[in-house]
Amino acid sequence: MNTSQEETDAPYNFAYLDEQTKRMIRRAILKAVAIPGYQVPFASREMPMPYGWGTGGVQVTASVLGPDDVLKVIDQGADDTTNAVSIRAFFAKVAGVATTTHTADASIIQTRHRVPETPLEAGQILVFQVPIPEPLRFLEPRETETRVMHALEEYGLMHVKLYEDIARHGHIATTYAYPVKVEDRYVMDPSPIPKFDNPKLTNSPALQLYGAGREKRIYAIPPFTRVESLDFEDHPFEVQHFSEPCGLCGAEGVYLDEVILDDRGGRMFVCSDTDFCEGRREAGHRGHLAAAMEEGA
Amino acid sequence: MQPRLEVSDVAKSFTMHLRGGIHIPVVANVSFTLMPGECVVLGGPSGAGKSSILKMIYGNYAVDRGAIRVAGEGDVIDIAIAGPRRVLALRRDTLGYVSQFLRVVPRVASRDLVAEPLVERGASREEALAKADALLCRLNLPERLWHLPPATFSGGEQQRVNIARGFIAGHPLLLLDEPTASLDAKNRDVVIALIEEGKAAGRSFLGIFHDAEMRAAVADREIDVTAFAPGVAA
Amino acid sequence: MSVLLDDAPLLSVDGLTRFYGPRIGCRDVSFDLYPGEVLAVVGESGSGKTTLLNCLAGRLPLSSGNVSYRMRDGVVCDLALLGEAERRFLMRTDWGFVHQNPADGLRMNVSAGANVGERLMAIGDRHYCNIRGSALSWLERVEVPADRIDDDPRGFSGGMRQRLQIARNLVTAPRLVFMDEPTGGLDVSVQARLLDLIRALVADLGMAALVVTHDLAVARLLSHRIMVMKAGEVVEEGLTDRVLDDPHAPYTQLLVSSILQV
Repeated sequence: MNTSQEETDAPYNFAYLDEQTKRMIRRAILKAVAIPGYQVPFASREMPMPYGWGTGGVQVTASVLGPDDVLKVIDQGADDTTNAVSIRAFFAKVAGVATTTHTADASIIQTRHRVPETPLEAGQILVFQVPIPEPLRFLEPRETETRVMHALEEYGLMHVKLYEDIARHGHIATTYAYPVKVEDRYVMDPSPIPKFDNPKLTNSPALQLYGAGREKRIYAIPPFTRVESLDFEDHPFEVQHFSEPCGLCGAEGVYLDEVILDDRGGRMFVCSDTDFCEGRREAGHRGHLAAAMEEGA
Repeated sequence: MQPRLEVSDVAKSFTMHLRGGIHIPVVANVSFTLMPGECVVLGGPSGAGKSSILKMIYGNYAVDRGAIRVAGEGDVIDIAIAGPRRVLALRRDTLGYVSQFLRVVPRVASRDLVAEPLVERGASREEALAKADALLCRLNLPERLWHLPPATFSGGEQQRVNIARGFIAGHPLLLLDEPTASLDAKNRDVVIALIEEGKAAGRSFLGIFHDAEMRAAVADREIDVTAFAPGVAA
Repeated sequence: MSVLLDDAPLLSVDGLTRFYGPRIGCRDVSFDLYPGEVLAVVGESGSGKTTLLNCLAGRLPLSSGNVSYRMRDGVVCDLALLGEAERRFLMRTDWGFVHQNPADGLRMNVSAGANVGERLMAIGDRHYCNIRGSALSWLERVEVPADRIDDDPRGFSGGMRQRLQIARNLVTAPRLVFMDEPTGGLDVSVQARLLDLIRALVADLGMAALVVTHDLAVARLLSHRIMVMKAGEVVEEGLTDRVLDDPHAPYTQLLVSSILQV
């Protein structure tokens, strides 16, 4: 990755962060890759965006981005929402990199709360934005204690949380940020992706990097790493199921968003991954509501 | 024959540190033996140290000097120097004690209290309870009281629970500290019968009875405790 | 309260000493604790009994002395040489620790069932129905109504919280339980019920217990042996009824004579 400043008259260093900062973050990333699932502390910088908008992901992206990379940014699966558009525009401006909305064309994909439906390939990097990296946090508020628990693999508490779910709801009601165990060692929060995406984390050919800006933590899942979702023997892990296919492209077995159409209870389910949905429609797939939507448009 | 109990040259005194460290001698030169199947009564006026001697034998009071050898299961143990665990084991298997007043864990039903010593010795709960019921029946404790804790019972009723608890396990050596003081004649006779049965089975009894009739009925011999008064030359 | 004679001690303490800077926490405490035995440590506040408890339970390092423990496999381990991971494993399997304030020993924001089940999950139990079944039977055993299993302990009374804490500790059938003033801060009637429960559980499960209390009545009811501490040192020890009925040390005599007669 040659990130030396190419245009000397540009107002910013390549990809906004100064080289020393990028170096520090890359060190953290390397350590994270070496210890899959382990949260590496790093000196998170102030970014020109509020916490919660992806400051962690942006710093990770800035540190791994090279001039030849092609960047895709999604927010809840969509390329066209404010957060995604802004971050894409940010890097187009401060790094001059090419951007895309096509998963297959991107070398780096920064994501907020989704894993693309299109299977990732070797060489691609998926950068997650993470609000709270510590999976034990809600049950054990002391950071000193959670660190010891990770060090000693004391993960009984994670199952306490799942137990509570079953006791209260009859099933494991955690539907996002569903905790996983990485390579049979560290329990990790996969960021608030729907648990539907959890199976995509395991054995992925792509590199997965997780950045938490406010909490100042970076962690990673290297390619082809085993990632298991926690569960009970008699309440095994399950992903969400949808009763109908995507209204626009007819896809099944993908994660759908519910869209409210009017005030009379009209609604439809469409692919959360907009790129995937568009790709299918271009390929001629039609959902049962596609015609109605085109007429209305 | 080996004595069941051999007390030799025992002395006991109290030092009252809160009263300026005054030293109160209680008994000295206490020596006697008790054979299997024998019932011996300690005699003497109150304050002579009869209860203290029983308490020393039970391990409840420490001794200043001397030895108290009890023939336990297999070996002879000197209570005067035995550690707490050994004393507790001896109390479980060999050494019983019926005090003047019932002093037990609150809120436990009478029949459970009575059965407890037998359960501790390894009997099944059912067996122990059956035996407890039989004993309470024999001591004429109304059946409606068996399932109640004895805290609200009359003195005589409490004492019958106490006696049943003391006799149930058939300890080879039973210490009796005025067990019949609050009993009527009918129940006193039951206790006399229990002691007689025990003696016939080879068990030994060491008791304090103020009631002369009772003494006459059970005692094989009497030991005058005034002979052990401190200051009296041995 | 049955005690077996021919076995090795579970816990051996030799010359345990703990200083806080120049001040003494406790000094030169030695004793053996055997399986099934209940030892009461009594003394007024500041006498060093809580320091002793914390040193034994590995919550405080010793200044000098030695504590060894016989593991389930019969191997005797010097607790000071145990790694953090092993020590914590011991704490949640073979040991229990009942705090005076149940909030210190419970997770107040998770349900009673999860509080009891946590230790099982921590040692790898991954079957929800089994865990819940164990929790239910333990709640029954400590007289917490079964329909409170999914309530969190914030809504429980003090006595119920304490009973829940006991169940949470005993679910893995520990061989040694430390109790720090287990009935402190409870109403007298609630205290009495809790004592009954502890007494029955200790006898049924045959576990050893070290009970720290300032209440001699608690010591009399629960313990086989008693150790009286003053200013960080043991001033008298022995059979519980012997120490309480025939106290020798001036301080023990003061303690015993200070009990209110009701």
